Amino acid sequence: MKILGLSAKDTRFLLIVIFLTLATPILLQPFPEGSGLATFNAGYPDLMQRFAIFGIFAIGFNILFGLTGYLSFGHAAFLGVGSYTVVWMYKLLDYNVVWGLPLAVITSGIFALLIGFVSLRRSGIYFSILTLAFAQMSYNLAYSVLTPITNGETGLQVYSSDSQVLLGASEPTTPHFFGIVMRDNFWQPNFGGWQFTFNNGYYFTAIIAIIVFYISLRIFRSPFGLMLRAIKTNQTRLNYTGINTRPYTLAAFVISGMYAGLAGGLMAAMDPLAGAERMQWTASGEVVLMVILGGAGTLMGPILGAGFIKYFENIFSKINDQILQGWFSWMPDWLSGLLIEISHFFVGKSWHLTLGLLFMLVVIFLPGGLVEAGQRIARLFKKKPPENGGKGSDHHPQPAPHVAE
Amino acid sequence: MGILEVKGVGKRFGGLQALSDVNLSVAENTVHAIIGPNGAGKSTLLNCFVGKLIPDTGSVMFNGESVLGRKPHEINQMGISRVFQTPEIFTDLTVMENVMISCFAHRDGAFRLHPFETVAHETDIIEQAEKMLLDVNMADKRNMHAASLSRGDKRRLEMAMCLAQEPRLLLLDEPTAGMARADTNNTIDLLKEIKEKRDITMAIIEHDMHVVFSLAERITVLAQGTPLVEDTPENIKGHPKVKEAYLGESV
Repeated sequence: MKILGLSAKDTRFLLIVIFLTLATPILLQPFPEGSGLATFNAGYPDLMQRFAIFGIFAIGFNILFGLTGYLSFGHAAFLGVGSYTVVWMYKLLDYNVVWGLPLAVITSGIFALLIGFVSLRRSGIYFSILTLAFAQMSYNLAYSVLTPITNGETGLQVYSSDSQVLLGASEPTTPHFFGIVMRDNFWQPNFGGWQFTFNNGYYFTAIIAIIVFYISLRIFRSPFGLMLRAIKTNQTRLNYTGINTRPYTLAAFVISGMYAGLAGGLMAAMDPLAGAERMQWTASGEVVLMVILGGAGTLMGPILGAGFIKYFENIFSKINDQILQGWFSWMPDWLSGLLIEISHFFVGKSWHLTLGLLFMLVVIFLPGGLVEAGQRIARLFKKKPPENGGKGSDHHPQPAPHVAE
Repeated sequence: MGILEVKGVGKRFGGLQALSDVNLSVAENTVHAIIGPNGAGKSTLLNCFVGKLIPDTGSVMFNGESVLGRKPHEINQMGISRVFQTPEIFTDLTVMENVMISCFAHRDGAFRLHPFETVAHETDIIEQAEKMLLDVNMADKRNMHAASLSRGDKRRLEMAMCLAQEPRLLLLDEPTAGMARADTNNTIDLLKEIKEKRDITMAIIEHDMHVVFSLAERITVLAQGTPLVEDTPENIKGHPKVKEAYLGESV
């Protein structure tokens, strides 16, 4: 089966992604409420929204970093621009996200065009430093001089004195999409102890995530995507092949900036707030980690990486002594005490250590990220020789292995 | 009037006068070799043709237009392709993709934003690239990663990439450097074949006299940044000045 101009393989791939995304509220809730392992359930709206939003952020970042190899350390700036834009639209018009989100994509695109135009004059580490400098500048400006626009340290939010010219009498006073309120759940079934939450906001972000994933899939398979991969491999050859690499890298930079702006806008769509800390370099670094952890230059990698890091951040960090005691209560006291002490290094406030170790292991043993891990496991199960140019594939180039899956 | 006209080109690096008053004319549809001992300025001269270096003095005209001040990709789009000393290819991509990039560059020019077309649907580009690979006997390796090719095959691939653009002038910077004799002979055969099949002008920089005398129709000898003589291979062979430049004294 082929849909939307995709090959049969990509169609299958897209359908799997759609299924996984839509079934997330069920898949992330594998343990019944009240059981000892319920801590590991991640199917609550706030976290699922974050999975989708950071997934979008990472998918976009991957178009720049994964394909061209240009490592930007300043993409959080676009995240912030997107958030501010959406909150401003709340303040000026009303709480319908339909005004803010497209504008967030446009403003962050313009921002990316300016920053990219200057930063892309250099490559390698100098490019990274330039983007970092721009992002930190934006962050500091948002805190200081630009307070009238950003509301400084307090963060931008909607006040009752704001004009909100489109606000109707019966309109919801939290973010909504034509009346569908983001924070509301439309279904909360309980099946024999299993509690599932189907949240409007999650499905709104999830559908957008699927659309932008599809766009990134098309970019990967396009001649434009091929040129971007060529830039990563050998820019000299590309120049001597008559290709001007600058507009290609700039286009990739702007596209990824727009993805980041969309992600930032969605953050404000879930929670009508925008703060300067969203632009800080740690936020830029986080998306780099996500993409590398998942597998740079792969389609699925950024989503896996984003999911992994957000899962660790939210689940491992909330494992406290009480939960640990619950797990180890059947052991003798001295042993459970010892295990709790050891666990302190890895869970709760120390979740960063676990993540750090995991990141090191991935970088050392799996340079292709989690996607490579998946491919290796898959190879163990089916030891088939790779099919080389069957009859049907005679007139179609095989995708290079590293962008598949 | 040659397709490539070099007049009075000079280039200085600090205290070193790498090129001085170089005059050269490469006639259309010939193979023109530029030879000379180490440090004679061969590579510097070539870099002046492709936009990597800008000479201090003189002019370089290709097909009646100056190439000076243009960027490498612009010069390439004018019709000059270049083969490097160490093959420059896209090692992360497949052989087929390598050639397809050249085909795209030839068709679409220096930049075209086409994010929603699909490579697999570009049948004319695919056909072109396949034909090109057949021409250099690499059709069976089309799905291989370019990184896994042998040195000789990398050279073949680079040649295919250059030819896919249908250049009017092909510059070759020591195409057989570091090759075993068998590979060198293969490369010579390949170049001869290319020359037979299409109207193309080649300028070769080469150390290996075996290669030069097998291919060249005209030879320019460069020594200490200036052309010493320019003549046919037969006349160059016994030329006293050439022997002097190579061996340091007249033999």
